[in-house]
Amino acid sequence: MVFFSFLIAFIVGGLICVVGQLIMDVGKLTPGHTLAILVVAGAVLDGLGLYEPLIDFAGAGATVPITSFGNSLTHGALAEAEKHGWVGVLTGMFEVTSSGISAAIVFGLIAALIFKPKGKAN
Amino acid sequence: MDPQQYQQIEQQNTPPTPYLKNALKAFLVGGIICAIGQAITYLYIIFFDFTDKTAGNATVATMVFIAMVLTGLGLYRKLGAFAGAGSAVPVTGFGNAVVSAAIEGRTEGWVLGVGSNMFKLAGSVILFGVGSAFFIALIKLILVSMGVVKW
Repeated sequence: MVFFSFLIAFIVGGLICVVGQLIMDVGKLTPGHTLAILVVAGAVLDGLGLYEPLIDFAGAGATVPITSFGNSLTHGALAEAEKHGWVGVLTGMFEVTSSGISAAIVFGLIAALIFKPKGKAN
Repeated sequence: MDPQQYQQIEQQNTPPTPYLKNALKAFLVGGIICAIGQAITYLYIIFFDFTDKTAGNATVATMVFIAMVLTGLGLYRKLGAFAGAGSAVPVTGFGNAVVSAAIEGRTEGWVLGVGSNMFKLAGSVILFGVGSAFFIALIKLILVSMGVVKW
């Protein structure tokens, strides 16, 4: 059982990365554009109610790719909108996804304190 | 030489993109990163009383931490050169974008360098994520209030 969950996470996560790679190679887009497209895709999938079943199925295979960022933003906004109406769309937005952003900010700060710039992008 | 001819010559001389090879590398590296994420998820569920639903958030934060260490040591750039989207698409790629911009920003000082540049690369992900989430939630809210769909 546990082995299968690793395998499924590997396959689903890998496939999402392949989609990203194809957008980059076939669509001739920059990584920045590709990530933006994937985030929007994650948000749309959650709007259609399809991303949560994918997380139930694939675990980290669905929560680790950047598509889950769009999903959790939408998810928080929808959950609060259900309870509080219009205002909830804004108040709920970062409710679920706060950890990724706060982690990035805090660890970015710590990294800037510890590591020396090397000239070229790390 | 007319532009059409130029384009033809350009096309002939650019090396063809190895679609399959790139896709395979992205699949392997991206898949491995997600499998590591799955291991971290299990650790949180078993040792820290997280549930299936809440462990995802803790996993994301931990992955960003790992990305910070690898970025600081200059290893994530090497991984990115090999894996392409395989290392960019997982949340570690987001962490890498923030952390590398923060480290590089130090040359311009803490306020105008680190502070202003931190989201230089990752900002578009946040903008498009928040923007699309806003409009999708709005559309759903309208549809629900019209009675077309349920929550």
